[in-house]
Amino acid sequence: MNYFLTEEEQMVREIARKIAEEKIIPVRQKYDEEGKFPHDIVEVMAQSDLFRVFIPEEYDGMGLSTLAMLLAVEELSYGCAGMALAYAGTALGITPVILFGSEEQKKKYLPKIANGSLAAFGLTESEAGSDAGNIKTRAEKDGDYYIINGTKQFITNGGVADIYVIIALTDPSRGTRGATAFILEKGMEGFEFGKKEDKMGIRASITSELVFRDLKVHKSQILGREGGGFLMTMKTFDRTRLGVAAQALGIAQAALDAAVSYAKKRHQFGKPVASFEGLQYIMADMAIKVESARALTYMAARNVDAGEKVADITAMAKAYASDVAMQVTTDAVQVFGGYGYMKEYPVEKMMRDAKITQIYEGTNQIMRNIIASQIIKRIK
Amino acid sequence: MNIFVCIKQVPNTTEVKWDLEKGTLIREGVESIVNPFDLYAVEEGLKIKEKIGGDTKVIAITMGPPQAKEALRDVIAMGADEGILVSDRAFAGADTLATSYSLYKAIEKMGDIGIILAGKQAIDGDTGQVGPGIASWFGYPQITYVKKIVEIKDNKMVAERLTDYGYDIVESELPVVLTVVKEINEPRLPSLRGKMKAKKFEPTVFTANDINADENRIGLQGSPTQVKKVFSPPKKEGGEKFEGEAEELSEILFGKLKELKIV
Repeated sequence: MNYFLTEEEQMVREIARKIAEEKIIPVRQKYDEEGKFPHDIVEVMAQSDLFRVFIPEEYDGMGLSTLAMLLAVEELSYGCAGMALAYAGTALGITPVILFGSEEQKKKYLPKIANGSLAAFGLTESEAGSDAGNIKTRAEKDGDYYIINGTKQFITNGGVADIYVIIALTDPSRGTRGATAFILEKGMEGFEFGKKEDKMGIRASITSELVFRDLKVHKSQILGREGGGFLMTMKTFDRTRLGVAAQALGIAQAALDAAVSYAKKRHQFGKPVASFEGLQYIMADMAIKVESARALTYMAARNVDAGEKVADITAMAKAYASDVAMQVTTDAVQVFGGYGYMKEYPVEKMMRDAKITQIYEGTNQIMRNIIASQIIKRIK
Repeated sequence: MNIFVCIKQVPNTTEVKWDLEKGTLIREGVESIVNPFDLYAVEEGLKIKEKIGGDTKVIAITMGPPQAKEALRDVIAMGADEGILVSDRAFAGADTLATSYSLYKAIEKMGDIGIILAGKQAIDGDTGQVGPGIASWFGYPQITYVKKIVEIKDNKMVAERLTDYGYDIVESELPVVLTVVKEINEPRLPSLRGKMKAKKFEPTVFTANDINADENRIGLQGSPTQVKKVFSPPKKEGGEKFEGEAEELSEILFGKLKELKIV
């Protein structure tokens, strides 16, 4: 289907696709097996200007559309969702700075990202997942400084990112209104990285704990206003969860392509298995789901750039695309039959990778909460 | 200092189709690409520029019909600063001697020459003669099959050149002509900014007049080699296959040789 992409968007897609085909696909199995972070691939992304896509022009970026960034995520995920996450996680981590940073903060941090430094976002804690308001990390005021103590969990790019936006309570008595966002830099005294998780999928991505022990930061590192952390987080997620939708789309498209091309080559009963109606219907359903997820995601991206209210439509896109990715990758394994279950073929990895997209940046149950609250409010 | 990179637009196929009567390539319907070996030359040019900095420019140059500008666009997208298209009907039919002469005159016109790079050969003609030809026209030193540039300093450079038995370490003064092998680097992919620049890019076109070419040295007239005939080599036939013990086999073999009156 033609989505009438702009020339720039088409170029982004071409470049990301080339990176996926030439650089990522040949090595993805190895990285998945070893659970290694792909520094060399990130370097290729940076050299190809992909990080400039979502950074405004005045800060060394190219200030392209939200959809351009999603196309990059989608195509990179087509190759490997784990590797793509180094990119998408950076977009998530730096978005609050783009949206709410002071001129000084933008000048300091955005050009670094444009040139290939990674970013990370730290909200989740062991007792605060979907219940994000339950975070315990404290930032206590001490003159012009804040002393931060606590531990963030499951942080994408933790340890490889140079720039972190984290949420800590400056006033626990005010609940979510007492949460504040801070910009941290790797290497600050009292900022360490804890446990590195061993994951089911997206194994080429790093997921770590961030540990703060009497971490002293100047008040100039506050993003936005004190107490505004939670609201900023929600506004950030309203857009960045489309990155998860795009990642899911890339995985789903890769699974569909792999399944169809395998079904044409694999012979049983003297015929290619693609000639059997039973499999044709599975593949047709896969295609319907992938294309409708794409249409929803791309339109949601256009709405973000047009300044529309997007909380519910981005939630729809994220929940739908990730559910589709899970279904389609499971179907792809089915089309491959016994071979699909083997690590020698790429679809079992896609199935493992797909699962996380239903969970992170708001579980699909939370997505449905957002959607339900909007429709209940809107429809009389 | 200018770093010139000579590139060639070639058909993207290992199965080249020929017009047997004219002895030329059939280019219709075949996608054109930059000769893969030339991409290593472009990458090395960009690397040298990044290393020595200053006002170094990487200038891609190609001879060919107007559509060869697409090849220049591809390398502009990788990061080349400029692209020169040497193009004129008068250049048509050039062999490697006439091609190297024409490129030499074009490079001479641009001036401020530091290094001239080329791929070791093109995948269509496979002659590997144009790079060395350019060096000869200039009277510059040449290092062919370069697999590593060790250093460039004070108007001198050291390179490792691949041989059948290992490699030679060669020192040369600048300007120098280098042809490179694929071991030298990994060509970068086009960047987004490069692609945007390439989109708007129009090459500087040099005609035979522009480069003051001697008309006897260009095109068909300047080409002592002419393609007499083009043909596909005959496919190898299966031959006879024998199996058995060594003694048995030597017996059969000897019989065959006798039969053919070789022994």
